[in-house]
Amino acid sequence: MTTTTPPIATAPVPLTGAEAARVSDVKKVRRAFSSPIASLLVVILTVLWTVPTFGLLVTSLRTKADANSNGWWTFLAHPHVTLANYNSILFSNSFGGGGGLFPYMVNSLAICIPATLIPIAIASMAAYVLAWVRFKGSDFIFFVIFALQVVPLQMSLVPLLQLYSGGAHIGSFTILPKLHIAGTYTAIWLSHTMFSLPLAVFLLHNFMSQLPSSVIEAARVDGAGPMRIFRSVVLPLATPAIASFGIFQFIWVWNDLLVALTFGGGSPKVQPLTARLSQLTGSLGSKWELLTAGGFISIVIPMIVFFALQRYFVRGLLAGSVKG
Amino acid sequence: MADVRYINATCLYEGNPVPAINSLNLEIGDGEFMVLVGPSGSGKSTALRMLAGLEPVSTGEIDIGGVNVSNRAPKDRDIAMVFQNYALYPHMSVAENMGFALKLKGVPKEERDRKVVEAAKLLDLEKYLDRKPKALSGGQRQRVAMGRAIVREPSVFLMDEPLSNLDAKLRVETRANIANLQARLGTTTVYVTHDQVEAMTMGNRVAVLKDGVLQQVDTPRNLYDRPTNAFVAAFIGSPAMNLRQAKLVDDGAVLGAVTLPLPRPVLEAAKGLSTITLGMRPEAFTISSDETGLALDVKLVEELGADAYVYGTLSGDSPEERPFVIRAGGAAPPRIGDLIHISILVGQEHAFHPDTGERLG
Repeated sequence: MTTTTPPIATAPVPLTGAEAARVSDVKKVRRAFSSPIASLLVVILTVLWTVPTFGLLVTSLRTKADANSNGWWTFLAHPHVTLANYNSILFSNSFGGGGGLFPYMVNSLAICIPATLIPIAIASMAAYVLAWVRFKGSDFIFFVIFALQVVPLQMSLVPLLQLYSGGAHIGSFTILPKLHIAGTYTAIWLSHTMFSLPLAVFLLHNFMSQLPSSVIEAARVDGAGPMRIFRSVVLPLATPAIASFGIFQFIWVWNDLLVALTFGGGSPKVQPLTARLSQLTGSLGSKWELLTAGGFISIVIPMIVFFALQRYFVRGLLAGSVKG
Repeated sequence: MADVRYINATCLYEGNPVPAINSLNLEIGDGEFMVLVGPSGSGKSTALRMLAGLEPVSTGEIDIGGVNVSNRAPKDRDIAMVFQNYALYPHMSVAENMGFALKLKGVPKEERDRKVVEAAKLLDLEKYLDRKPKALSGGQRQRVAMGRAIVREPSVFLMDEPLSNLDAKLRVETRANIANLQARLGTTTVYVTHDQVEAMTMGNRVAVLKDGVLQQVDTPRNLYDRPTNAFVAAFIGSPAMNLRQAKLVDDGAVLGAVTLPLPRPVLEAAKGLSTITLGMRPEAFTISSDETGLALDVKLVEELGADAYVYGTLSGDSPEERPFVIRAGGAAPPRIGDLIHISILVGQEHAFHPDTGERLG
C-alpha cells in the first residue's frame, strides 16, 4: 500500500516566528521520513525481517536430498520445486504415529473459529450495554471486568481444570456440578473465551462509547429498541473494532499451545496444529523439509484470516453521519 | 396532527439541584410552528429532548394530542426529530436512512419505497437515494435528516438547531424551505434555535427561555414590540436594544441632558421607584441637525448598504457600559470620531423595573 502525502497548503497570513519554525520542523521531519535513504532503510529492514520466513518456504519446497546437502539459498540458483513434502506432512501416516497434520489443522480450525466468535458475541453485547445503557454501577462493572485482565492466565489453569473435571464444592455442598467437559472442545472454547473477554470488552466498549450519541438517539426516536439499535446501528459501526479484535483473537488462539494442551488433555482428537508440530520437532528433528512444510502450513491460515478481515479496518466509517 | 402541552414540566439532573427546565407551562396548538429560543444553557434543547423522551420529565407532565406521554419511550410518542448534527446512519444509504423508521414499524417494502421517493421528491433528493451520507454535501445531509422525519408522517416534528451547521447563505435558503414545508404539511413543529433571527422569521409563536425558565411566549411581532422583561427586550432584535438606567422625575425619565416624557401607565407602574431601566431600539432614533438631544461619541460604524449601525458612548456613560447603538441611513452615515446628537422618537421607548427587569406599564 502506498500513501501519498497531501501537499501542505501555504498559509495565506504571514506566520509569526515560532509558528513558522514549527511548520518548518514538521516539514523537516516529513522530508526526513520520505527521503530515499529512509525508504532504503525500510526496504532493507523488511527484507531482513522476511528472509527467515522465505527460507522456511523455500526449504519446504525442496527435496529431502537437497535440503540435507546444502543451504536453502542454493535453491535460487538451481530451482527444483516439489510439493511432496506438503503431501507427506499433511496426509501421510508414516511418521511418529498419529497421522499427518491435516486432521490437526481441522482441529485447530474447530478450536479457533468458535473461540473467536463466542467472545465477539458476548463482548460486543456486554460492551454495548456497559457503554450505552444507563444503570447504576455500570462503570464499576466495567472496571472490574477490565481489572481481570491483570490476572495471568497461567494462574487460573489448574483451578479451571479442577472446575471442569470436578465441579466446585464447599464441604459437601455443590456449587457447580461436574461438567464432564475436560478434554473436549467445549473446555478449550470456554477457556479461550474466558481469557479473552476482559480485553474484548475493554476494546469494544471504548470504541462503542465513542459513537456519536445523537445517532443512537436518532435510532431510539425512529422506533428502535435496545436490541435493534445494537443490531442495526452499533454493530455495523463497530466493525473496525470487532475485526481488529477478531484478528487478534484468532491469531492468538491459533498460535496457542498451553491452553489447548491443558484443557484438551493431550487427546489427539482435539489437539491443535501447534501441539502436533511441537511433538514433530522431537520425532522429525532431522527432517527439515517436512518440519518447514508443517511450519509454513501453520502460518498460512492466520495470514488468510488477516488479509480477509483487513478490509474492515476502514478509517472514517462514521464519515457523513454527524457534522463537526 | 396533535397539539402539545407542557404542564409544570421540570427536568432535574441527578446531582444538580438546579433544574435544567423549571416548571415549564407551554401550549402548542395543532399545526403550529413554535420556536424555542434562548442563549446557550437556557434549557431550550432540554425542553425539546423532554418532549422527545430523551430526557426525563422529573415532575409535571407533557401531553401530545391530549395524552400524557411523560413516561413513554421515544418510539411510542409519534414524533420525529431532526438533530443538530443530522445524526444520519453512516452505514446506510439515503433511502435506507429515510426508510429506517418505517421498516421498524413493519411497513411493507413497496409502500416504504413509495413514501421515501415521495419525500425525496419534496426535498430534491431523488438523485442521491443510493448514496451514503459521506458522499453528500452539508446541505444535502441536512435535507436527508429532514426527509427522515417527513417520511414518518409523525404528529409532531422536533428540530434541534437543524441549520446551525450550514453556511450563512444556505441557512437563509433552508430557513425559508423549512417554513414552507411546515406550512404545506401542517404538522405541529417545535423548533429550537439560538439564533433570534431564525426565531423571528420562522415561528408562528416564539418562546424565549432563560436559565430553564420560560420568559415569554408570543408572536414575533409582539415579542419585539412589547417584551415582557429586559432580558427578552435585549435578546430579541439585532442589534440588541439599548438599555440604560434613567432617573425618574415627575413626568418622565432623565437620560443625559434630555428628559424623556413617559406615558401615564408607565409612570403609574413606576410609582415609588427613583430610577428605571430604559430600553430603546436602535431604529428609534433620528440624528438631529442641531445640537439638541443625546450626545453620542461615535466609536464604530457598521455599513450594511441600506442602513448603517452607529456604535458609540453616550455622554455620561461609564466606561464599562455596553456601546449605544443607533440605526442611521446608509447614504451618509456619521464617521468614527464624530460627535452626533440624536433624539428618540416619541412612544418608542420601553421601561423596565431596575431590579427585577419586569416591564412597566
